Amino acid sequence: MADVAPTNEMPLKAPVFRSPVSEAPITRLFLIGLTVVLLVLFLVLPLSTVFAEAFRFGISEFLKTFANPDARSAIWLTLLVAAISVPCNLVFGVAAAWAVAKHRFPGRAFLVSLIDLPFSVSPVVAGLVYILLLGTNAPIGGFLYENFDIRIIFAVPGVVLATIFVTFPFIARELIPLMQDQGTGDEEAAISLGASGWQTFWFVTLPNVKWALLYGVLLCNARAMGEFGAVTVLSGRLRGETVTMPLQVELFYNEYASVAAFSLASVLAALALVTLVIKSWLEWRYGDQLSPGGRSH
Amino acid sequence: MTIAALQSRMRAQAKNAWLSIAADLTCSISPKAMRQQGIARMKRVPFRQPSIIPGFRLTLSFTIIYLLVIVLIPIAGLFLKTFELDWPTFTSIVTGPRFLAALRVSFVTSALAALFNVVIGVLIAWVLVRYDFPGRRFFDAIIDLPFALPTAVAGIALTAIYAPNGIVGGLFAPYGFRIAYTTIGIWIALVFIGLPFVVRTVQPVLQDFNREIEEASATLGALRRQTIIRVMLPTLLPAILTGFALAFARAVGEYGSVIFIAGNIPRQTEILPLLIVFRLEEFNYPAAAAIAAVMLTVSFVILLSINLIQVWSQRRFGLG
Amino acid sequence: MELSIRNVTKTFNGFTALDDVSLDIRSGELIALLGPSGSGKTTLLRLIAGLDFLDKGQILFGDEDASRKSVQERNVGFVFQHYALFRHMTVLENIAFGLKVRPSATRPTAAEMRARALELLELVQLSGLENRYPNQLSGGQRQRVALARALCIEPRLLLLDEPFGALDAQVRRELRRWLREIHDTTGHTTVFVTHDQEEALELADRVVVMSRGTIEQVGSADEIYDSPDSPSVFRFIGDSSALPVRIDNGELWLQDRAIGLTDITLPDGLGSLHFRPHDVELVEGCGGCIAGTVVASRRVAGVRRVELEIGGEQHRVEIEVPVDHPASSRSRLAFRPTRWKVFLEATQSMLQTSPAKASIQPVLLQQPAA
Repeated sequence: MADVAPTNEMPLKAPVFRSPVSEAPITRLFLIGLTVVLLVLFLVLPLSTVFAEAFRFGISEFLKTFANPDARSAIWLTLLVAAISVPCNLVFGVAAAWAVAKHRFPGRAFLVSLIDLPFSVSPVVAGLVYILLLGTNAPIGGFLYENFDIRIIFAVPGVVLATIFVTFPFIARELIPLMQDQGTGDEEAAISLGASGWQTFWFVTLPNVKWALLYGVLLCNARAMGEFGAVTVLSGRLRGETVTMPLQVELFYNEYASVAAFSLASVLAALALVTLVIKSWLEWRYGDQLSPGGRSH
Repeated sequence: MTIAALQSRMRAQAKNAWLSIAADLTCSISPKAMRQQGIARMKRVPFRQPSIIPGFRLTLSFTIIYLLVIVLIPIAGLFLKTFELDWPTFTSIVTGPRFLAALRVSFVTSALAALFNVVIGVLIAWVLVRYDFPGRRFFDAIIDLPFALPTAVAGIALTAIYAPNGIVGGLFAPYGFRIAYTTIGIWIALVFIGLPFVVRTVQPVLQDFNREIEEASATLGALRRQTIIRVMLPTLLPAILTGFALAFARAVGEYGSVIFIAGNIPRQTEILPLLIVFRLEEFNYPAAAAIAAVMLTVSFVILLSINLIQVWSQRRFGLG
Repeated sequence: MELSIRNVTKTFNGFTALDDVSLDIRSGELIALLGPSGSGKTTLLRLIAGLDFLDKGQILFGDEDASRKSVQERNVGFVFQHYALFRHMTVLENIAFGLKVRPSATRPTAAEMRARALELLELVQLSGLENRYPNQLSGGQRQRVALARALCIEPRLLLLDEPFGALDAQVRRELRRWLREIHDTTGHTTVFVTHDQEEALELADRVVVMSRGTIEQVGSADEIYDSPDSPSVFRFIGDSSALPVRIDNGELWLQDRAIGLTDITLPDGLGSLHFRPHDVELVEGCGGCIAGTVVASRRVAGVRRVELEIGGEQHRVEIEVPVDHPASSRSRLAFRPTRWKVFLEATQSMLQTSPAKASIQPVLLQQPAA
């Protein structure tokens, strides 16, 4: 503050300095308030509604849902599907990242954008493309059905396949930029010291990317358990057989079993929250190991 | 050597090159055979730059096979099925009134939702990056909720809120104003799922924004709002455009969040993905395929434009 | 325009960046703020510009108190170390930016803005590049655009924050000369910050040596080099060697030996003796000298620099000897400094200068009033 003696009776208003790269306090307050309102309205409200509706009639009603055989088999199927898709995509993600990040070859960029494909495709379209190929009337599906009595569409394999399609980019996308940024120096050093490919991967590459791997698995799993659009198309909605949790939520909802729908949904929402918490923790603790340049948020 | 002989020799070599690559891919199943023939082949077909890092063939072929099986062949199947249709049938599908109505509903609400997301996304990104307030970490983390939450869960929750007897819907119901089961409901659901895209693309750019640029602008006499409008927003433009495109692409294809709140009245609140499902349930596969092919093409166009935006901004602004 | 800095103090979270700093800058002067990192020079520059605010004191532009004014109102031109050019604007748009954001009352027409920007582009010798974008320019070109941009608003004051720090040595030297020419042409009062003493001594009319938030010394390049007022200035400017000495009865003692420097009028006590490597004379035999063992020797341009260990391994100094001097490792050399200064350890501000200088009286500096 300027050290100036007042020259008249009225005290001079002390000059309040504001840094030239910030806004007036009242503007700031307004913007913060507006942001909080928007986020509460669009994000917090839906989330809390799930739990509010689930427990509307008390805990006993909530728990009754999980005695329902349909709900149970839905939970079981969801876990099964995730347990198959995530490891498959894990292997894919690692292989793709290894090929793309540690070697140079023409068409690399094209491959990477292919990997990003499911993100830009509607899940319904994703389900549809498999029906066209693997339905019992379709070329490959018909072949399998007639000769080996294998149904893919409207059976569990179809559900798994759809889930794999929708979720396979997650792990690859986490690993590729990071491994690219890390370069090949460490691996070359290991090989020059006599390590085999597998040893190099296991002892050198993997520890460098383990947190990004965990992060990718987390996201992949969340999406695998929650996928709705693609699975809707492929599952055939055979209760007790091909109905995953999100599908069962829809079934309950359409039957006006609102509490059951929200109770099942709240399990998924809780899973989403856990995913977010772990994700935030990973970003905060290991942010610099998750992506080149570190993840700032 | 005659030209003809030269040409046939080149053709033979080219054929060999492709055969070698194919052989390489299948050879990866037998590493021993691969190793034996590997080096000689590498010299003939320098596909990748030589490197001592192993596992290239194994991982690349696995990746390609996976992609082929999971992605490329099915999508090719889709387009093949579409090409099965003769031209008149295809045209009647894509000009049918129900299709056009669904197209309009999907695209218009998606564009409006993505636009709204741009406005609030920039605001939210700004506040999260620039200001500190209690709960900032929480709000920053919750931005990713639409990514993590299953779409069906979001769908029923939004419906519960905006239905005439819901928390927000109930406020407007007495005035005859319905939110759920109208296109406004669809718009709200699309805003929800598109919210993270703009925020997350703009945030890093804001984070890395060089404060000295703002200071320079101030020393030159620009008021704060002039600095923000003339200097900062243009720099954010590529990120904003990318975020918009991503949010738009996601919104157009969205299914689970929308079908509960939409009401799904044909020609009024029916979205394109729902129309596909409807056609599938009718076993009208060609129609479903045709619609899906149109949607896929739109997705590719959007993807392409995102890439073009990146390239343009790279050239204009230099690195980053 | 004159600039007066009066008793300015600035703290950041308990760390005192500037401690009661006062300085008067004459109109049209090119003055350098020189010091190591943490000396407060950049902080002072930013306070002058209005990019940060002072805790205590005043900054006067001419007769006006500028401490109350926002940075926009102060009309200073600021050039950043990393240029801070607007990447989405062309060179011309960058330069004209300051004119474009003026309120409509004082804003020139588009044609006038363009003409003025082109004029400045020519001044900085970059004509023809007006439609390029910053990422198409080299570092040196970018800095010149930054300067043109700052000059375009016809500032009262030009401030440069380590303007050549991000450039390579050759470009730096060229731009240094060029900046002096521009200054002589335009006549703005210019303050620039640097940690490169060569730059400061070469360019500036006066140099302000700062250290740890205070001004150590202000003077022309010659004054700073030849009569440093404190140990840190002595050390910072040019090469120097220092030895801890004891003042005993008007004589200087190094450990248990008299150096041969008498007529010391400072009170008894501990102090430090500073001299430059080339201000020594070799002596044969030691009837009052500094003796040491040679540990290293290297050729520097036309002389030989020899590093001596004094008094066991405790102190090392560097002195210059003729090129052909047979100074081999472990041999003993004795020398006496011809021009030197002694600073009392207790206050670091009472010193005595070697008699070869004009003043024979010890120079007693007052402690600045707290």
